[in-house]
Amino acid sequence: MTIKGRAIRYGDNVDTDVIIPARYLNTSDPKELAAHCMEDIDPDFLKKIKPGDIIAAGSNFGCGSSREHAPIAIKNAGIACVVARSFARIFYRNAVNTGLPIVETGAEIDTGDELEIDLAAGTLKNLTKGTEASFPPFPDFLQNIIDAGGLLEAMKKM
Amino acid sequence: MTASQKILAAHCGRESVAPGDMILADLDLVLANDITAPVAVNEYRKAGCGGIFDREKVALVLDHFTPNKDIKAAEQCKKVREFAREKGIVNFFDTGEVGVEHALLPERGMVTAGDLVIGADSHTCTYGALGAFSTGVGSTDMAAGMAYGKVWLRVPSAMQFALRGKPRKWVSGKDLILHIIGKIGVDGALYKSMEFTGDGIINLTVDDRLCVCNMAIEAGAKNGFFPADEQTLEYLKAHGAKEPKVYTADEDAAYDSVTEIDLGALEPCVAFPHLPENVKTFSEFGDIKIDQVVIGSCTNGRYSDFETAAEILKGNKVAKGVRVLIIPATQQIYLDALRAGLLETFIEAGCAVSAPTCGPCLGGHMGILAAGERCVATTNRNFVGRMGDPKSEVYLASPAVAAASALAGKIASPYAL
Ligand code: SF4
Repeated sequence: MTIKGRAIRYGDNVDTDVIIPARYLNTSDPKELAAHCMEDIDPDFLKKIKPGDIIAAGSNFGCGSSREHAPIAIKNAGIACVVARSFARIFYRNAVNTGLPIVETGAEIDTGDELEIDLAAGTLKNLTKGTEASFPPFPDFLQNIIDAGGLLEAMKKM
Repeated sequence: MTASQKILAAHCGRESVAPGDMILADLDLVLANDITAPVAVNEYRKAGCGGIFDREKVALVLDHFTPNKDIKAAEQCKKVREFAREKGIVNFFDTGEVGVEHALLPERGMVTAGDLVIGADSHTCTYGALGAFSTGVGSTDMAAGMAYGKVWLRVPSAMQFALRGKPRKWVSGKDLILHIIGKIGVDGALYKSMEFTGDGIINLTVDDRLCVCNMAIEAGAKNGFFPADEQTLEYLKAHGAKEPKVYTADEDAAYDSVTEIDLGALEPCVAFPHLPENVKTFSEFGDIKIDQVVIGSCTNGRYSDFETAAEILKGNKVAKGVRVLIIPATQQIYLDALRAGLLETFIEAGCAVSAPTCGPCLGGHMGILAAGERCVATTNRNFVGRMGDPKSEVYLASPAVAAASALAGKIASPYAL
């Protein structure tokens, strides 16, 4: 799968409380969650992005709570992929289980850069900077979950 | 193998596992709360799941936005309540019985040493204090766990923390874990186990250990682990837990790092906004005025925490202009504190006492901060907006520091009283 989009960049330790503040967790409606995505780190986030954009970040993206509302909010806000130096482990699981594409790489990315990501080949091209990075593909076990369309579908066959 | 690895191997029917192995393991308990369960129920229904792997091994705990904070929260709880009824979930806890999940489950004897537990709540790592492998997952994992009794895991490598000595009075498990997070950072243990060893362990109470493992996630860890000792076994027995299986690490177990900690040298400390790694001791900061104090949560809302707070507050009045909230984590703790006269001490000192709830810990309700306000809390997270307005501030500390701060009206050391 190839993802092409424009990056919006954040720093290290972007936590789940700023991705989707707990005050909005009295619902599980994906649209309502998406309406408050990234609100406490960037109140204008939804105005800045368009569908297909890519979030880029530093290390430990998605640290904090286990709320799956975080990847749900990001996905339903129209974000196509999250690229980070590293992910907090529960966010990583939740992204795999719910089918939000994520890429772990330390590649240098700034807001506005045009990216082209080939998930299967494990390559990330920064078309703006003219650079290219590679990243290890998911282990087969996880790729099978992704290919099955999420954990619950995959479990039916396990 | 490390103790954590041994538990994982035992739960996937293998002689041994190694870091990085992907395994599908059998679960002893699956947990969710009123925030994560509704999403799990949605996913469960969407995927057309019908069965529950074991009606006694699923715990649904309505603790976050309860007593229902508003209509939307009430609808979410209703969804879980109906699901629990439909599926005959035995361990369903609603207002009147409910407590903060990670205080409630050990108290009810629902976790024993050697268990493999997942919960759709990041602080599920708490039960490592009882010698279990226990970790937080998301709602889809929880839905799959409920339906099939299984979870996928990547086997973690481990960091060892070798404890010796005895903490001084007013120094607790909270100071130990804050000290560690301050040293290794909020991703210092990412994907790893934090295994505690050494002869200092006996000088930590089970409550201390629960507090330490509770915050393993704040260092990014997959789980925290204390090998079960006599104190653990006594605790498990007293709470009616199942027959324990004690796992300890092999002598030649491989660790990514070994850190020695002298418990006797620890000082009370405070994690400054907006990360649990911003840890300072009292010599490193001056006067910081506060507006609120919260004593409660799955980190420090247990009976011994209130005993400590009451010892400091007894016969004194909280500072003018400071709102002090006391939130026993479970009904049992509430009752015990009531019978022992602790609640009287708190009320006479000018504190407000609430029914068990997560409440302000996650900025849910029952003590939300306005812009510019500061709170000393015995909770576990101080991220931007965690307890209210994004411009408010949360300082994490032990019950002793929180109580001393309540009297002083500023962040204060219990030694300064
Ligand atoms: S008390 Fe706080 S940290 Fe613990 S489960 Fe509740 S919201 Fe989470």
